[in-house]
Amino acid sequence: MVFTIIALIAIFAPWIAPQNPYDLAQLDIMDGRMEPGTVGGAGFTYWLGTDDQGRDMLSGIMYGLRISLTVGAGSALIACLVGASLGMMAAYAGGRTDGLIMRLVDLQLSFPAILAALMILAFLGKGILNVVIALVVVEWAYYARTVRGSALVERRREYIEAAQCLALPTRRIIFRHLLPNCLPPLIVVATMQIARAIALEATLSFLGLGVPITEPSLGLLIANGYEYMLSGKYWISFYPGIALLVTIVSINLVGDQLRDVLNPRLKK
Amino acid sequence: MNDTAPTLEVRELRTHFFTRAGVVKAVDDVSFTVRRGKVLGLVGESGSGKTVTGFSIIGLVDPPGRIAGGQILFQGKDLASLSEAEMRHLRGNRIAMIFQDPMMTLNPVLRIDTQMIETVQAHAKVSREEARQRARDALGQVGIPSPDERLKSYPHQFSGGMRQRVAIAIALLHKPDLIIADEPTTALDVTIQGQILAEAQKLCAETGTALIWITHDLSVVAGLADDIAVMYAGKVVESGPVSQVLDAPLHPYTVGLIGSVPSRNRRGEPLRQIPGMTPSLLNLPEGCAFRSRCPRAEPNCAVPPPMPEYRPGRFARCIHPHLEEAVAA
Amino acid sequence: MTVFLLRRLMQAAVVVLAMSLLVFIGVYAIGDPVEILISPEADQIERERAIAALGLDLPLWQQYLVFLGKALQGDLGRSFVFNEPALQLILQRMPATLELAFGATFAALLIGLPLGLYAGLRPDSSVSKGIMATSILGFSLPTFWVGLMLIMVFAVQLGWLPSTGRGETAELFGLRWSFLTWDGLAHMVMPAINLALFKISLVIRLTRAGVRETMLMDYVKFARAKGLSPARVTFVHVFKNILIPVVTVVGLEFGGTIAFSVVTESIFAWPGMGKLIIDSINVLDRPVIVAYLMIIVLMFITINLVVDLTYSLLDPRVRLESKA
Repeated sequence: MVFTIIALIAIFAPWIAPQNPYDLAQLDIMDGRMEPGTVGGAGFTYWLGTDDQGRDMLSGIMYGLRISLTVGAGSALIACLVGASLGMMAAYAGGRTDGLIMRLVDLQLSFPAILAALMILAFLGKGILNVVIALVVVEWAYYARTVRGSALVERRREYIEAAQCLALPTRRIIFRHLLPNCLPPLIVVATMQIARAIALEATLSFLGLGVPITEPSLGLLIANGYEYMLSGKYWISFYPGIALLVTIVSINLVGDQLRDVLNPRLKK
Repeated sequence: MNDTAPTLEVRELRTHFFTRAGVVKAVDDVSFTVRRGKVLGLVGESGSGKTVTGFSIIGLVDPPGRIAGGQILFQGKDLASLSEAEMRHLRGNRIAMIFQDPMMTLNPVLRIDTQMIETVQAHAKVSREEARQRARDALGQVGIPSPDERLKSYPHQFSGGMRQRVAIAIALLHKPDLIIADEPTTALDVTIQGQILAEAQKLCAETGTALIWITHDLSVVAGLADDIAVMYAGKVVESGPVSQVLDAPLHPYTVGLIGSVPSRNRRGEPLRQIPGMTPSLLNLPEGCAFRSRCPRAEPNCAVPPPMPEYRPGRFARCIHPHLEEAVAA
Repeated sequence: MTVFLLRRLMQAAVVVLAMSLLVFIGVYAIGDPVEILISPEADQIERERAIAALGLDLPLWQQYLVFLGKALQGDLGRSFVFNEPALQLILQRMPATLELAFGATFAALLIGLPLGLYAGLRPDSSVSKGIMATSILGFSLPTFWVGLMLIMVFAVQLGWLPSTGRGETAELFGLRWSFLTWDGLAHMVMPAINLALFKISLVIRLTRAGVRETMLMDYVKFARAKGLSPARVTFVHVFKNILIPVVTVVGLEFGGTIAFSVVTESIFAWPGMGKLIIDSINVLDRPVIVAYLMIIVLMFITINLVVDLTYSLLDPRVRLESKA
């Protein structure tokens, strides 16, 4: 429910935001660092205050949400595709392929995500695309492990054996029989991973290694406010943080509900 | 101590579990008496309320269960009226308990000496050395070789039989007046079972400890107990001296139990069984709980049966007891 | 025990080797090694001399062996910025990071264990439910933002605690530590709590689950049947059993803590290796990055080994299995 509102805000940000924070014509530098609730020179109220450039924070957050969600969901989707394919391959091929892929997964999971992402960005440089690549590299292993786990269980079931006896093509067995049965856990993991990806992106951007200044996500907005916070101008960091928190919590809640709905054992 | 009072007298004990699904009357009207140096066999199928009776006596019924009625008189004192601190003083000291599964009763991460010394020091103000000495003596008493070395071991280094001996040694540390043994030999090999039974018997005779031996195995009780109380669905359905109950059972359930012991049947003859299953204790219907499985059941059985004393110390809760056989015996 | 240790060391060596290969590919294959290893200010002649000196004209597998050989001698290159050996630079900053990470681990246990114990012993009380709800928040909250808010409330608004830096230090074993002075300790409180946030939640949940599971065990009931005091039952019989999973997880998390100190150190300007690596990434001081990575990998392997050994000390059953 909350998540739906957040998603709608992110999608329609350009139409509902009071101001386009990246259109310099709309900015008034005189309005810089105004407290929440002040009426600015542009003629409307800055409910959440303004930043150093005189940008309306509310609009900034709406636009930031857009970038955060895009990066988070995009990277989760790609990681899901990569991870699920590799996991399926490991489960179906078994033997050496399985061993190799799972060794890679173990290696990836034993290394903290934040460090791995930092290193990749250190070698690749900043930029939205690079952040997405880093997030994909960090996260694919979770999907691979999930899919392999449930695929291994499903593979032993009679209906797969039956399909194999009918000499159905491998591709058909995987996509028509194996994959649909691995989907429920995969969807739950994917939801949780979107939240993780958003948090990680925010952290990376906060450290100055994520998205570029021209496309600020919530994390970058928070980082912007850091220097002003020491002089008591809390709102520049505070409100984007709240937005980030609500986003992450609501996605996690959706994941929790999905887990309950998709788990057939809990339905009874 | 009052010598004339029995060690333990349980009167109309009721222990109920107040669960969300309803009240489970795990123990519902249980009475029996155990005297000094005597052994009471508490017999019944799983789920008949034997174990809960044991826990009720020692005061370890966990929520949502609680004692809902009756009296537990230990040397004349009602245990239900004692505070938790007074109860704790009795536990492990005057009343000890031995559990069913020896693999689970000893804490896996604590050494044997720790687990024994803490028991000694919980009830006696003695030095660690003195406590260790007592622990060693207790281990020797239950037949554990080289107790000094064994004290430094962890539970997983012992076999099941050895662990049960350790548990028994812990129960003996303070020479209790009453030991409640909850199926202590069920999980053990038959040979070890025999050894432990013999030791238990010797112990009671020597120290005057009263013993409640909870079991589902009639053959164990036959050789060990002085008295017997048969439980069914939370109630004692028959009680009396062991020879009388086993040779001339009054209650049809007891008759069925005895009939299903293999050694009592002739070879080649099919084992007699009690048809059906133990009823759910949740929302038990009024009247005799055994009537759905009883060959002698009739409409009258739906009325709660009384428990008259047929001979001194000989009770049965049935309106159609096997009196003819009893007379014949 | 020796066999167990040897086998573990062998495994560790394999992982180090694998990671060095990954780092090597990261530095030499993805990026341009010339750009990474030679200062951008160098002119063409210096550049070519350096390429020859570094053996960059050799085939890749030979380069890897050279890299490995140097790494084994502790030579991981020189920092462009500080013009010091990268390894030395990182080792100088390591005590500050370790101090912070230990502080956070300590804080997590100090706060998490009692709360988890309480929530486990009284699962239905409203306080317990509050504790559990807060712990869920601890998993969801973006740590860096909480750090900012801590600074805002306790340093800016209330002025109770200093916002940044390490404060006064005192010397012990030839290294400077903050926790030995009051001022240093005051500086440490907020970063340590901030870094501990996730772990506190983790410890609470693990402890609670452990307590609830252990309380149902026969040996706990037997301990009560022995007439032990509730305190002894809880703190000896229950507590020692739940300590095993908690210590394992917290220990394994220690590597994650050091990794995440990158963020905390940046917020609180804590002069540890995390802040160094962020600064190095921002100025592209790549030898330092490589050195940091190798050291982190080594640290991780050491942590895993130490956790395994501690585990066997706490659980006598594991000790026996490893002997067999």
